[in-house]
Amino acid sequence: MMKKYSAVVIGGGSAGLAAGITLKENGIEDVLVIEKDDMVGGILNQCIHNGFGLHTFKEQMSGPAYAERFKVRAEEVGLNIKLKTMVTHIHEDRTIEYVNPQEGYVTIQADAIILAVGCYERNRGALAIPGQRPAGVYTAGQAQRYLNIDGYQVGSRVFILGSGDIGLIMARRMMLEGAKVYGVAEIMPYSNGLPRNIKQCLEDYDIPLYLSHTVTNIYGKDRLERIEVSKVDEKLRPIKGTEMYFDVDTLLLSVGLIPENHLGDEAGIAMDPRIKGPSVDENYMCSIEGFFACGNGLHVHDLVDYVTLQAQRAAMGAVHYLKNGKPQEKECRVMPGKGVLYTVPNRIHPHNIDKTVEFFFRINEPVDEAVITVRCGERVLRQVKKKYLVPSVMERMMFTAKQLADIDGDITFEMEAVSHDE
Amino acid sequence: MTNKVLTCVGCPAGCRINVEMEGDEIRTITGNTCPVGEQYARQEAVCPMRILTSTVRITGCPYRVLPVTTDREIPLASVDEVMEIIRSTVVKAPVSFEQVLIENVLGTGANVIASKSMPAA
Repeated sequence: MMKKYSAVVIGGGSAGLAAGITLKENGIEDVLVIEKDDMVGGILNQCIHNGFGLHTFKEQMSGPAYAERFKVRAEEVGLNIKLKTMVTHIHEDRTIEYVNPQEGYVTIQADAIILAVGCYERNRGALAIPGQRPAGVYTAGQAQRYLNIDGYQVGSRVFILGSGDIGLIMARRMMLEGAKVYGVAEIMPYSNGLPRNIKQCLEDYDIPLYLSHTVTNIYGKDRLERIEVSKVDEKLRPIKGTEMYFDVDTLLLSVGLIPENHLGDEAGIAMDPRIKGPSVDENYMCSIEGFFACGNGLHVHDLVDYVTLQAQRAAMGAVHYLKNGKPQEKECRVMPGKGVLYTVPNRIHPHNIDKTVEFFFRINEPVDEAVITVRCGERVLRQVKKKYLVPSVMERMMFTAKQLADIDGDITFEMEAVSHDE
Repeated sequence: MTNKVLTCVGCPAGCRINVEMEGDEIRTITGNTCPVGEQYARQEAVCPMRILTSTVRITGCPYRVLPVTTDREIPLASVDEVMEIIRSTVVKAPVSFEQVLIENVLGTGANVIASKSMPAA
């Protein structure tokens, strides 16, 4: 007999723990959380730096401390978690195949599946950096794990490509561990990291940030010996004659994160190409009934607090589904317009909204001041002025069910920069 | 009159704060959007303070290192010296969450505490 669960959460990181706890707290008894690592907490375990939890706990804490709070709560509610267990396949009929050392290969059935699978890092192959292929070129998160969990010094002379938050945080971390960090190169004319990380990770340690620069060659036979860094033009093409050379033994890549969606893809879940994760509605339900997605496996977040919040909402969506079935109401698309990269959710059932729905979105370039307009056709639903917008900071906007009750078409989010030249 | 532009590290918003100083005296603080920003700017202009996080060696469990943090901010200028102490510290499992591992590190008034619990093997 195939074992059956009301809800199975795939992933025991920040999203999976929050989802599992919320399901238990709302009367769903037989919940299973499946985690491939030997501890819960996911990426939080290696994010030993401070700054998590300001929204959730009203104080700043380290990543492991944030995870610890959820681990304790999971124990309190009696959440069933399988560690060292890898999900190999999920199917449209909501069967799940997993494997672990105790049980071997197992197939189970779930009424609802929450994908809380996290994301992976873009690597050297994704960038196609020319040159030799020595050891010493790591993604920033990989190096972070080696250093902060496994306890190995990753290198002593370091350069970092990409100014994403993990890259910035690793720059400081490597300096603290006695390495010399020569610089951070960013191909864009602006950083993709949070402003506070530019300040406390680079400026505090006098690490130069080379904007509009990228790595154009890699040298080294066994271990990395040298890299070539070039300035790029406005079309991001390297400019000849601008080459600089750094004799480093370690190159860290912090060049973007992508939702881990191979399980969902295989099951036939529709993806939103803008977020590279599943298309979801106001309850975080995917295109296939009974599947839900949240956290970095849905779209990459900059704050764990929002991952927690989203996972709780996805869990409530699953609770709603388990009790009431799938929404029968009319569906409207929610789309990014001019100046906006994506919106999550990207579709809603306006008559199925329970009290409120919050939209997450990102703008496409840094602006000092902008007007955000949310419209349905010609009708403006909301217009707000905002200051200092950057793509690396996710924007949020909340609507009540009442405000969206008489929507009769697609909703568009637009951003227009305010010019002060006149 | 000198003008300092600071990026607040108090939260992810990263407000740009303008501090007008006359010698060592703060005249005006503008650009912050909450009281945390004002407090940060007041401190940052005279003596920058930071939370320091790192790892210490641990024995008696399957892991080689344990994540740690200072339980309050320490002067940025003393970070290198505190790191030397942290790097030479070895603790033994079990360790409980927020257990004090180094008391009043370098006389800063801050303790170095465990960021997570670690049961013995």
